[in-house]
Amino acid sequence: MANIFTNITNFIQSTSQMPDVEALIRKTENVTLVCKGCNNEASKHQLLRNHMICPQCGKYFRLGGKERIRLLADRKSYTDMFDKFESVDFLEFPGYAEKLEKSKKSTSEKDAVTVGTARLGGNEFAYFVMDSRFMMASMGSVLGEKITSIFEYATEHSLPVIGFTASGGARMQEGIISLMQMAKVSGAVKRHSNEGNLYITVLTDPTTGGCTASFAMQGDIILAEPKALVGFAGRRVVEQTTKSKLPDNFQSAEFLLEHGFVDAIIPREKLRETLINILNIHSVKGGKA
Amino acid sequence: MTPYEKLKTARASTRPTGSAYVNQIFKNIIEFHGDRRYGDDAAIYSGIGYLDDDIPATFIAIDKGTDLQSRIQKNFGCPKPEGYRKALRLMKQAEKFHRPVICFVDTLGAFCGAEAEERGQGQAIAENILEMMGLNTPVITIVIGEGGSGGALALATADKVYMLENAVYSVISPEGCASILWKDSGKVADAAACLKITASDMREFKVIEGIITEDFDHFDKMCDSIRHQLKKDLKELLSQPKSKLTDNRYHRFRRIGFFNTEE
Repeated sequence: MANIFTNITNFIQSTSQMPDVEALIRKTENVTLVCKGCNNEASKHQLLRNHMICPQCGKYFRLGGKERIRLLADRKSYTDMFDKFESVDFLEFPGYAEKLEKSKKSTSEKDAVTVGTARLGGNEFAYFVMDSRFMMASMGSVLGEKITSIFEYATEHSLPVIGFTASGGARMQEGIISLMQMAKVSGAVKRHSNEGNLYITVLTDPTTGGCTASFAMQGDIILAEPKALVGFAGRRVVEQTTKSKLPDNFQSAEFLLEHGFVDAIIPREKLRETLINILNIHSVKGGKA
Repeated sequence: MTPYEKLKTARASTRPTGSAYVNQIFKNIIEFHGDRRYGDDAAIYSGIGYLDDDIPATFIAIDKGTDLQSRIQKNFGCPKPEGYRKALRLMKQAEKFHRPVICFVDTLGAFCGAEAEERGQGQAIAENILEMMGLNTPVITIVIGEGGSGGALALATADKVYMLENAVYSVISPEGCASILWKDSGKVADAAACLKITASDMREFKVIEGIITEDFDHFDKMCDSIRHQLKKDLKELLSQPKSKLTDNRYHRFRRIGFFNTEE
């Protein structure tokens, strides 16, 4: 009897925490999107109710930073943070200013990452979500500063970090400063880890270059979305260098799992319960049990 | 020299390679092989020796090779995952025995190939950067030729970084940059100029601590002055409390970035 009662309480509690998809839908224009997998059309609202997965062929649509958290976290639990930073064209690199303006307009974001805190099944955590719609989520100063800042905040408040990675790599329009962001973020990851805090990365399509070669691969637990492209060197570059055709699954999440670089591949509709389970398990520290 | 001329100079096959510096600067050298996981990568020349009579040190050098055969064997100085893992193994060993680590970087970038991807090139570099951030022993890196992207940073997450006067340090090869941005790999000179890759650029960005004058005709004297600088830096780094070392390394990278914060 007690067991049934607990189950019902848990059920009611978890339902009241479920992400408020309808609230997100009310704020989102119902545009028609074309699936890159099957070329069929689907409405944005229909997709949002389906974890942004194509109802026809099952292909995953790429998600923006804010959308991702609103579809995943407990309702009304999220606060975006450190969102004042804006990129500057300090090298006066040809075309950079224009590219920034274009991405700002098309995404209504200031740069390629959203960071903040939220809850999952009641567990508070810090997040960063990279947005490949903004200049392929290339990693410039703003991205490095925001992710570093959220790690520092999480370290100070003993919060786990969940990071959703997606990136074309370094932002070459910021030259060497862009490369240095890999070390800068890694330093913050290390400090967070040294204090015994949990860091989970969720590799999403596409996670490549300097992102793979730094914080994407530094998680205590590394999850991936099915079929996400994850690698260091670009497929075309590898093919040109080695003058050979690579297998279709090369650098897919499944390829990484097979080679031992990913803990688990989690379908989008199972991600919330998986993350809640991991956070719950880590909320009880061995010494305290 | 224009940035493009510097790039060509940095890549010149007549330049001393990583092992030449190690063999000139260190004494009683013993080379150590292998990552104890998969294999040995000849692109990384590493081991222990004396920096001076009373200073044992670990050296890790990317070596491009000096003739065609050694260049092929060393993959033209493009390390594989097992190379980065060997480097990390020796850094951890240096930490255990309280030895400083001296790295010499000269690479177009990490090796780019199917087997490198299968063995986790990205993961290997990521782990090096992460662990170097926490390494409890001094690390000093000298970029002697090319500092190519993540493949260089995996040995350059250091307390102090120097560059030779004609060395370059870049987030992407100018060829790669030109081909991505302008679909024209012929615009290498333009890309080299835009990317800002020279030692004086790095000094201006405060990404490096200093520039080393090149004098290959008097290589022994040049290496003497490098050894002198290394000893001076180690004295300074070892004089501070141990906890300060990783804190200062953290802040060395923490401050790097250009952005606006206005609303």
